[in-house]
Amino acid sequence: MAITRADIEKVSLLARLQLTEDEIESLTSELGQIVAYVDQLSEVDTEGVAPMAHAVEVSNVFSSDEVKPSLPREKALANAPSHNERGYLVPPVLGG
Amino acid sequence: MSLIERSACELLELLDQGEVLSVEVTQSYLDRIANRDGEIGAFLHVDADLALKQAAEVDRRRQAGETLGKLAGLPVAVKDLLCDTNSPTTCASQMLKSFQPPYDSTVVAKLKAADAVLIGRTNMDEFAMGGSTENSSFQLTRNPWDTQRVPGGSSGGAAACVAASMAPLSVGTDTGGSIRQPAGLCGVVGMKPTYGRVSRFGLVAFASSLDQAGPLARTTKDTALLLETLAGHDPQDATSLATEVPEYSATINRPLEGLRLGIVREHFAEGLDGEVETAVREAIGVYESLGATVKEISLPHSKYAVATYYVIAPSEASSNLARYDGVHYGHRADLSAIQEELAAERKQLEANGDKDALEKMDGALVRMYRKSRAEGFGSEVKRRIMLGAYALSAGYYDAYYLKALKVRRLIRQDFDAAFEEVDLIAGPVTAQPAFKIGEMADDPLSMYLVDLYTVSANLAGLPGISLPCGISSTGLPIGLQLQAKPLAEEMLLRGAYMYEQATDWHTKRPK
Repeated sequence: MAITRADIEKVSLLARLQLTEDEIESLTSELGQIVAYVDQLSEVDTEGVAPMAHAVEVSNVFSSDEVKPSLPREKALANAPSHNERGYLVPPVLGG
Repeated sequence: MSLIERSACELLELLDQGEVLSVEVTQSYLDRIANRDGEIGAFLHVDADLALKQAAEVDRRRQAGETLGKLAGLPVAVKDLLCDTNSPTTCASQMLKSFQPPYDSTVVAKLKAADAVLIGRTNMDEFAMGGSTENSSFQLTRNPWDTQRVPGGSSGGAAACVAASMAPLSVGTDTGGSIRQPAGLCGVVGMKPTYGRVSRFGLVAFASSLDQAGPLARTTKDTALLLETLAGHDPQDATSLATEVPEYSATINRPLEGLRLGIVREHFAEGLDGEVETAVREAIGVYESLGATVKEISLPHSKYAVATYYVIAPSEASSNLARYDGVHYGHRADLSAIQEELAAERKQLEANGDKDALEKMDGALVRMYRKSRAEGFGSEVKRRIMLGAYALSAGYYDAYYLKALKVRRLIRQDFDAAFEEVDLIAGPVTAQPAFKIGEMADDPLSMYLVDLYTVSANLAGLPGISLPCGISSTGLPIGLQLQAKPLAEEMLLRGAYMYEQATDWHTKRPK
């Protein structure tokens, strides 16, 4: 199925990417080509095949229920572009 | 023979016997980097003072008779996506240009515990997305065999620094071939272990179900030494395997008796360069002369591997890279510029009376995310995030992502069936030797097809190794790939060593 400019605009919002006009144009054609290539998967008969999400299918790996030290707050905040002594600072979420 | 020409195992012996100091070894490599890396560009970050300090400390402890780690005093280069508290960890991205990890990745912690000297951080395609290291947002890395050509990628710096004798050992990561392919193009040994063999804790995630760290070196024995240092169960990575790690370097010189070698029919199809085919077939002939039986096998779903990979890897990437939001760490766009931009857009839409567009306009927070990510990510990263977000979006999930997961199982089942009949699979690493810088820059799809022979091992979770097996008429290295069933690294390394002993390709160096 062909990828349209509207698809790219919609996905760019989902992906939280702001794209320039040039990027929208090139991505429409590049993603179109890649998706056309990937479409060959539709010819594979996968009836009754279980999806394989991981190479090593381990499940329910539990860690022991022990209290361990976690990252100290100041270390967790140290790389933030904007923070105060308690947390991360962001632009207003409501009414902004 | 100068120190930088020695193998890691030889250096370790000299260090142990007190014939050379780690400070001397480290200084030799630092000098080599100073002389050579201006042209090659393998390193993003070298802290010579810190490296020499680590080396001096190992020397002091060795002289005091203390028990030392496995790599005591040996310089090791690390790909710039494995967190190290002593170093920036940039993933070659503007997004993480000033990121300073608050903890060590398990790989780096193990290197430190082994008393290695961490000599520098190597260049890569941004967030490991690419096959040429041209997607680094900081610098190009050039192939030491021909500086007009790429070193491969994404671990291009990791392979180039070993090829150019700027480090004896190097750690890379491999999501679709990112260790084996640059190793092949740079004429060194590179190994992707079984998925789960090496902990991913602190490895900046690209595609979590495929990513695996592994060693690059000049010889298979050095590769074995580094792998046994890195491998092992880690409670901090739920996907790491609780399986004992053999001492690979101790058994590597035992030849495999009655080796059954598989040749994949589909590997020798259209598109394979004639010289690469000849070199690989000659390598197979070497195995026959060593007593191996060769059997042709078929991996019927292998032709879908690249398509499967380019659904699964970008899907996981789009999810993993959602963490770069300009809030917790990484680049944030300038807030006042965002406010101005939004005000101007609002004014324009109001003037046009476009109520629909006004309603849909980004709020300040969403625009901050979008602009920070737009500024922080390069074009290949954006392309893959977009591709993944598309494949996972409503209406397409079943057709792309779920379908790819099913084909992934068929690919794995092909290998399971093949390994009933053979012990190792031999074939090319890439269809061609190193290509020219810029040659594929405008064609993302043809760049993706470079991964043709390597992605299957990631999808199936198998270990694979790339070995030098020839030099093209243009003077470029050619790689041989061996693959084994999951957790059969010991067999893989022993098989690789057999070939290395019978040939001298691993001794060839760029001029």
